[in-house]
Amino acid sequence: MDWNFIIFSLVKIAVVFGVLLTVVAYSVLAERKIAAWIQDRPGPNRCAPPFMKYLPILGPFLTRLGVFQPLADGVKALLKEDFMPAGVRKFYFWLAPAISMVPALLVVAVIPFGSQLGSQKMVIADLNVGILYTFGIVSLGVYGIVLAGYAANSKYPFLGGIRSSAQMISYEIAMGMSVIPVLLIAGNLNLTGIVNWQSAHGWLVLYAPVSFVIFLVSAFAETNRTPFDLAEAEQELAGGYNVEYSSMKFALFFMAEYSNMVASSGMMVTLFFGGWTLPFGGLDQPAATLLGGVLHILVFLAKMLVFMVFFIWVRWMFPRFRYDQLMDLGWRRFLPLALVNILITALVLWLRS
Amino acid sequence: MATTVNRRPLTFWERLYLPAFVGGFKVTFRHAWNTLFRGKAVTMEYPEQKWTLPTGYRGAPYLVKDQDNNTKCVSCQLCEFVCPPKAIRITPPGDSGQKADRTNAEKMPQEFEINMLRCIFCGFCQEVCPEEAIFLQQDYSLTALSRGELIYNKEKLLSLGGEVGGIQKWKHKLEEAKAQENFPVKF
Repeated sequence: MDWNFIIFSLVKIAVVFGVLLTVVAYSVLAERKIAAWIQDRPGPNRCAPPFMKYLPILGPFLTRLGVFQPLADGVKALLKEDFMPAGVRKFYFWLAPAISMVPALLVVAVIPFGSQLGSQKMVIADLNVGILYTFGIVSLGVYGIVLAGYAANSKYPFLGGIRSSAQMISYEIAMGMSVIPVLLIAGNLNLTGIVNWQSAHGWLVLYAPVSFVIFLVSAFAETNRTPFDLAEAEQELAGGYNVEYSSMKFALFFMAEYSNMVASSGMMVTLFFGGWTLPFGGLDQPAATLLGGVLHILVFLAKMLVFMVFFIWVRWMFPRFRYDQLMDLGWRRFLPLALVNILITALVLWLRS
Repeated sequence: MATTVNRRPLTFWERLYLPAFVGGFKVTFRHAWNTLFRGKAVTMEYPEQKWTLPTGYRGAPYLVKDQDNNTKCVSCQLCEFVCPPKAIRITPPGDSGQKADRTNAEKMPQEFEINMLRCIFCGFCQEVCPEEAIFLQQDYSLTALSRGELIYNKEKLLSLGGEVGGIQKWKHKLEEAKAQENFPVKF
């Protein structure tokens, strides 16, 4: 065993985990703020630690921005009573939040979030079946929601679980099909390889725009975001699969949703928008210097945040799809479209070779 | 009779969801922009900004003084009687108690307490008071750290109530009495 590899991997895991959870916490804040602005409100602007009032200009500014709200929310989630209803199936009730959180974290492992820092590749696991791994792990996420719905032993969570199982499995197919043209064009399953191909030939969204649209919409469905948030439809299901959960268990579902958003944003950036590359300023080649490496990581994060904002924005823009419309869109529109897309891409590639 | 709404079938372009998508972006962006940069948020940030209350607003009831800085209340206990939640408690001076501080005035309350936790701000006390000595005023946000603090005594009620002038019955009586002394009119 190479000790160097183990140590650097552990460091990368710790850093990525920390950054991911921070992004998750602050995307909750971003969600609340953007929602507020769209609805003509100021959003959370009161929460501040007591010493903030002694900071002259920065303190009030940060407070009005709500920067300390995630900290308060975290403390609240940890300190709240963890209530367990009498009729729940205890084992699965405990298992469900973990099962929905873990896949969301695991997906990030294969996403290359930078080129190189020194001699280290900025990806935790440089798998050569990266995309297959992602789809395999993402499809586990549905178990968390279904188990939560089943274990709660209550009507609304049960309906939420049923809805999401059908929805997520349907859209997984469209999503998987939409990626195949990308693989055909790049000729590689390794995400690092795909990014390298894009740095040489240009972003894949230009080559496969239809794939991107299908992938984007499917990502909304996979992460249970509006307009496809049927699993947690407040108005219909009083909150959906997580009704019976409280305290940190509920917070885990919440974090899982946002981690999924981060992961799918990362996937979209990697697959369609050139990952850590930028087509100008010499940023499209793996970095030779430390500064370049850091710049690449920042470029990746910036691209990812754009998608996060997009995810959040869309939530406050669209009404929820009806269930049959959702299924119709998934099976009768996107699946044939994705298949035709594969066919055309394959034909074009065959004719050109 | 039922009306038939003529629904035009959607065109291909509309069925792509794209026009609705762009429209949604425009509307939400406009709102976000106006809220962020043009200060059009509709929220009133409460402790800093407050409502302008309409006249006749029924806030907390306080005792008032007249234009000569005298306590108007004469301890008749009508408000105590009429108060639906029994929030008012008056201790009258009694036979041997303190007399009024001015001639021809009626008696004065020894103690006058309103429990603001019980008060329902109905305004019956104001309506029933023959001396116009108690008014519902504009305070609505009464806060305290204990229940005891929200039982307001006479001193506090008077200091919060301020001054509301009007007829001064005792002065009127004084003048009447003086006129009596000069009766019959000497020529």
